Parts: sequence; C-alpha cells; structure tokens
Amino acid sequence: MSRNAQNDHLTRLEQTSIHIFREAFSNFRSVCMPWSMGKDSNVLIWLARKAFCGKIPFPLLHIDTTYEFPEMYEFREKAKAIHGIDLIVRINEDAIRRGIGYATHDPVTVTHELKTVPLKAAIDEFKWDALVTGIRRDEDPTRAKERWFSPRTAEGVWEYKDQPPEFWGQFASTAPEGGHVRVQPLLEWTELDIWEYIRRENIPNPTLYYARNGKRFRSLGCHPITHPVDSPASNIDEVIAELKSTRVSERAGRAQDHVGRNSMQALRAKGFM
Amino acid sequence: MSAPASKISANVNPSTLSENEDMRKMHVVVVGHVDHGKSTFVGRLLHDTDSLPNGKIEQVRKNCAAEGMDFEYAFLLDALLEEQEQNITIDTTRIFFRTKKRAYAIIDAPGHKEFLKNMVTGAASASAALLLIDASEGVMDQSRRHAFLLSLLGVKQLVVLVNKMDLVKHDQGTYEKIKTEYSAFLKSLGLTAVHFIPIAAKHGENIVTRSDKMKWWQGPTVADALDNFRHEDDLTGLPLRLPVSDIYRFDHRRIVAGRVEAGSIRPGDELIFQPGGRRSVVRTFEDWPGPESRDVAVTGDSVGFTLSEQIFVERGQVAAHPSNQPRVGREFRARIFWLGKEPLQLNKTYRLRLLTQNVQAVISKIEKITDASTLESIQASSVPRDSICEVIVRATRPVAFDLHHECAITGRFAVEDAGRINGGGIILEAQSENNAREGKVTAAERTARSGHPPAVIWFTGLSGSGKSTIAELVERRLFDAGRQVYRVDGDDLRTALNRDLGFSAADRAESVRRASAVAGLFANAGHISLVTLIAPLAADRAKARAALANHAFIEVFVDAPLEVCESRDVKGLYAKARRGEIAEFTGISSPYEAPESPEVHVRTDKLSTDEAVQLVLNALDKILQSKAEDWEV
Repeated sequence: MSRNAQNDHLTRLEQTSIHIFREAFSNFRSVCMPWSMGKDSNVLIWLARKAFCGKIPFPLLHIDTTYEFPEMYEFREKAKAIHGIDLIVRINEDAIRRGIGYATHDPVTVTHELKTVPLKAAIDEFKWDALVTGIRRDEDPTRAKERWFSPRTAEGVWEYKDQPPEFWGQFASTAPEGGHVRVQPLLEWTELDIWEYIRRENIPNPTLYYARNGKRFRSLGCHPITHPVDSPASNIDEVIAELKSTRVSERAGRAQDHVGRNSMQALRAKGFM
Repeated sequence: MSAPASKISANVNPSTLSENEDMRKMHVVVVGHVDHGKSTFVGRLLHDTDSLPNGKIEQVRKNCAAEGMDFEYAFLLDALLEEQEQNITIDTTRIFFRTKKRAYAIIDAPGHKEFLKNMVTGAASASAALLLIDASEGVMDQSRRHAFLLSLLGVKQLVVLVNKMDLVKHDQGTYEKIKTEYSAFLKSLGLTAVHFIPIAAKHGENIVTRSDKMKWWQGPTVADALDNFRHEDDLTGLPLRLPVSDIYRFDHRRIVAGRVEAGSIRPGDELIFQPGGRRSVVRTFEDWPGPESRDVAVTGDSVGFTLSEQIFVERGQVAAHPSNQPRVGREFRARIFWLGKEPLQLNKTYRLRLLTQNVQAVISKIEKITDASTLESIQASSVPRDSICEVIVRATRPVAFDLHHECAITGRFAVEDAGRINGGGIILEAQSENNAREGKVTAAERTARSGHPPAVIWFTGLSGSGKSTIAELVERRLFDAGRQVYRVDGDDLRTALNRDLGFSAADRAESVRRASAVAGLFANAGHISLVTLIAPLAADRAKARAALANHAFIEVFVDAPLEVCESRDVKGLYAKARRGEIAEFTGISSPYEAPESPEVHVRTDKLSTDEAVQLVLNALDKILQSKAEDWEV
C-alpha cells in the first residue's frame, strides 16, 4: 500500500503543506519565497515542487547578510541548479557601507539592518503580496501563535493581538493595504518531522548540520553569532536519533534570540521572520 | 556576547519512543471561562508529563522572582511580555508534548470573551476538547458559550475538567452538582462529555497522578483520558468531494489541482464538476518527482491530475463521482456563529466561502438569534457579535454543497465581510429557490445568470462606413467587461444562411428578416447581439425593429459620405461596382435610405473609432439600466 495522508504521519503533513502552497498561489497576485538555505527552507522548496508538479512558479529570495558560512554560498549555487530556481539575491549595501556588522554592533541591530530592512525593501520593489516562510510553531513561543496565513501591515508589523480567525480551511485571502501575507506551510511540523522528511525524500541539504570534531550546527544563521552544539551525530540517522532524546531547544545556538528576555518578540514585531 | 555551546546528551536512548507509536499528533483544544485555570492546567500537564525543556521552569521562576511575583505554572505558557502584564492568554498557542502513546498539540485557547475568534481558530483544528470549570465558581457564561461553539465546530469528543477542587475541600457533592447541571446543558446541544474529571491543576491532582484527597474518584486521570481520545474520523469512506483549487498550465500539461476533502479518487474515475455539471475522466495523477504516481488518493491528499477530455473547469467547482453528487443551489438554511465587530445584517452583501468556492451572498431572512451563553432567544433585526443565528442564505450564483449532517466538510462555510472572515455556518437544509421554476427556463433566469438583460444593436450604413470596425470593438469591450455578446455579421450570413439570396429588393428584405431572426435568437439566449448589415431600406429596418420589440433595441447609423466610403474601399467593392461588375450596389446603383431617428448617429468621417464606440456603449448602458429595473428578480 502506498503512503497517504491517512496512513502516514509525514505524508499527512506534506499533503497539508502542499494545499497551503496552492491556496496561496491561487489567492495572491504575486508570491515570493524567501530562502535561507537552511533545512526548513529546503523542505519548502521540495514541497513547492510537489505542489506545482515539478517547477516552482514564483521567485525565491535570498537576503544575503554577507555573513553566511562559505559552505552555504556553495550550497546555494548547487541547489539553485538542481531545483531550477528563479533566485533574487539582495544585500543591504547601504548598511554595510555604514559599517553595520557583528564586530561593532549587537546581533539584534545587525539582524534588523541586514535581514529585515533589505527584506522590506525587496517587498516594496517587487510588490509581493504573499511571502512563503518556513517558520514552525515548535521553534519559539511567539511563533506558536502564528496562523497559516498571517497578515502583515505596510510597515511589516504583525498585529498578533488582532489576527483573523482561521477555520475549516478558510484563510485570510487578501493582504492589508500596502502590506502582505505571510504564508507558513510548515507551521505544524516539528524539527524531528523536518529531519525525517529530509531523510525520506532525500532532499539536498547543507552538510554543516552534521558533526565534525564532536560539534554540529542545529540551526544555521550568520556565522559570527551561530554556534555549534556538542554532538556526535555525523549523519542524518544519528541526527534523528539525537533529536528523539534531546530536550535542548533548537535555537539555543542562535545568539540574537537570547540578548534580552523578549528579543525574539521585539525582532518579530518589526518584521523579522 | 557569544552564547555558550549547548550540551546535547550523547547517550541517545531509543527506548523513549516505541516503534509502533502513533505518530499522528492528537490536537486537543483547552477551553473554559476566564480564570477557570486553563493556563495553569496546561503548565502543570507539561510539567507532570515531563515535557518541559531543560531549564525552562528555572528560567520562569527566575523571571518571576525578578518581578517580585510568585511563581505560577501559567507563566510557563505566557512567554510574551504583554501576556504576563495582563495575566490573560491573548491568542491561540500550540504546545507540543508527548505521552508514551503519542504526540500531542495542546491548543491553548483564551477565555476572555473578546477573543472568541481565536478560540474558534483553535477549536476548529482540534479533534477533542478539554473544558475547564472552576469548582468554586461553577458553570459560567463562557463555559456554556464554548460548548455551544464546540458543537457548531464539530468537535465531538469532550472531557470536562472540574478544576480547583482544592478550593471546595475536594467535596464530591460540589462536583456532582456541577456535573448534573452541565450535563443537562450539553445534552440540549446534542453533546455528551466522555468524562467529568475532578482535578486541582495547581497541585497536580488527577492530571497524571491520582489524587489521594479524592479517593471517591474512580475514573481516569487527565493523561489517561487524553490517551483515549480518537483521531477525527477518516472520511475516505464517504462520497468523493474534491474542490478544485486551480488549473495549472505551466507546461504542455493542463493539470487540475485540488485536495480530496472526502472519499477517494483514482485514474479512470469519471468525474462531474459542480456547479456546471460537466463530466470527464481522470487520466493521470501528475505526481512529482515520479516516475511512479499514486494509484489512489484518499481524504487529506492533495492531487494534481489530467483529464481525458478538455472540459471547462475552474477554481471553486467540486469534483464528485456522478453516482453521488453534492447538491447545487443558491439558497439554504444555515446556523451561523458571528464574530464580526459589526452585526450580521439582512440583505447586505457578504462573501460566502465554502471550500474553494467564493460567491457573493446575502442573508435573506433571520429566523432566530440565540444568545450563546444562555441559549435564550434574542429579539433583534441584526445578529450581534458572538451570537448564533438561524438564517436563510441566498447566493448570487449556484453553489455546490452538502447538508452538514450528510458531509460536514462540504456542509459548512465561512462568511467574509470586507475581506475579513467574520463568521462561520453549517448548512441545515436546502431551500427550494423562489425563482427556480419547474420546466421551462425563463428570460428572467437567463438575465440573472448573465448579470444583464439582452439587447440588439443594429449597425446600418453604407459599405465602408465602418460598421464592422465599430461593432468588433464594441464586442471586445463588452466581452472583456464580462457581458454575454455575439456579433451577427451580414457578410458572414451571406456565406451560409443567406447563400440563396441575391441583391434584389425582395432578397434584401428577406436578408434583413433573417438577420433580425438570428439576432432575436441570440437575444433570447441572454446575449447582446450586434448586427452589422447595410439594410438600406427604411421599411425593412422598421420590420426588423418591430420583430425585436421585446428586446432592448438600438439602431446605430454609421454615417460617412459616399466619397469617404468609396475612398476607403476596404474590400475593393466600390471599384468593382464602378466598373459595373456588381449590380445593385448600395450607394452606386441601388439606393440607401438614411435612418431618420436612429438611437445613435456616428459620423465616422468626423469621430475617431474610439469616440464612436463610446457613443454606442453609452447608449447601451442607458437602455440596459432602464431594462434592468423591469428584469429585477
């Protein structure tokens, strides 16, 4: 018997995500998918290709902070070719000229200047009214409050106190005036689901996630503020086995989350993913 | 500034997960009146099932100490600053945890009455519900309202937790009193609670561990009750319902995309698409990456498939097997819960969203409004926020649906107002439509479907005056505006219908008669017909006008001096006529009687084509507006 949404947990998640992709593509004028090249992002690409029978019918966007790991730039070019991606790359050159960087500034400032600001500029430039993101509810308490379709105002603000209701497969179908809607197909997935799906589908993924010399990256961001965790898991089977027993949070190695008690909330209210 | 490397246990212990574990996450919503202890309960559940991340409880204790507050389990969940300040949960939150049996997503829904829409959002995605009642306060407004909404949302598995038993000295009598009262209320909604479990969340009594202070309770703990919930029913056994989400034409393939909402589908199945009723057969599933595709798709599967015949299919239609189709109609009786800030009003246009269908609709009658917390009727002309009503819904176009008790997923809809989902409803019964008649389809029904009355626009004038040029542009503009329009061209008629006719006066009269008959048929079918025919004689045109008297009729005199027409001579006919190769050529060897009082007179030697087109369209708008009033349905 082949796998289907009724008899297989991962297939059920996959089929629901495909439906979310299709609803977004049918409801919005102009869709874009930011791509971090991380594991969730790569699963999104795979799901989008399944949703649209092979070819992603909208562009992907890489906001290049210039602080990516060198392996990630290599992976970007490789994956772009494999998937036939229409890729837009944006860098906040102005901020870099002004000397914004990890050597001199705190992670919250740098993340805002090098990620959120150029993202907002790209949205203004291309007039996208829907952005597909790879966030999951299990990552962070603020993300647990997200909807499948989550409107953002023209200023990029998330009005999380007054979100539209979502039920019976009916989602927010129009963006606020001048704003956009975040579409989040991976909302119900967990970190473990992501890895089990990558293994099952054999999805191209950076090797930084696997341990070298007793350390591996569990979540990838800018290299000055992303730290490896102690782990012997050097291949995908070991990573999955490790996740089944760990109780350390996934983003523990991401410094910008931990500057203040509510740093993630502050970043996200201003338009961060 | 750098965060320390976190420690992950190197000793992987596979025994924490059994191989045959149920991997499907059970979604459980937690509801209840404000301050009846939902967040404390969830915090305690996570703690007692050993589901908290390392250091989490210490972190929250530290935060509490820093702010001079006593630690509470509720704070574990209220990670947002704003929530901690207000001390209420503001939105739906998912909390993931697992028992030995399976994974759970606890949906923590708010109790504050302003945030009902968030509770609906949470509860609609849940398979089961836990409803908390404070033993010391008893059944309150929201205890009742939440149960009412659960019944509407279709959450069938419910366990009631009688919380804060410590505040009533663990008294069984208090518990029994609440159980009796609330059971009767649930019964009136058609709901039954699987259990009423007495708990004291704050102290972890009967959450995972049995309370030694309530020896009288022989039933399950909350953890036991959770593990006994079943997943929502698999609808694969029901008739196929596959709403079309889109048609993809990214390459040579034309792929129909949609999700199976009920039933199952296989290549080779004959499908009928409703509304519309067109049929075709599923040829292939277009699964990527291939090369193999599924042989069957079941409820919950998203599919892309090709059809063996290229029929017209669009987003919103529901594919079904011809032997068991959804109903199609414009009117039904429904029970609606309304969450909008503005009341739900009679005869105001809303958007009705049913699966991928999205149509305009009005509430044509309000039969009953119910206060959700007291279940008492409210006398009002509109439906206030957070109440429930029974109404007649009337859509402007036919909708495919099932009755809610037949197939819930196609028997419910959302109501959108100004781009925002403000309510939801379930379909109780189909209405026989006021305007639907047995047998013959009427002109009024056709007008209702076209969205405009029919009309005939007759372009008369010399050869080369510009009749076809103008008519073609008028047709394009009307067509693009969504009108039903068709051009009846004199030259086209000559090649087929009028092949037997020449240019004698008698034949010209017959040609005009036939053209008016054809134009009349298109108008009868609901179209705006555009006739381009020289029709040189006033008497013939008068007969045509009389024959079409029951339709809006516009005579357009396309006028240009003979010299101008002759100088244009697009078809080279004037040259031939001058050489005597065409007998009885209008304007040269046969008369043209200019209309005396046409509805529109355009001088094509003085006006641009666009100006001429605009004059015609203006005249049409005017006459259709006056006609539309007669045609109101």
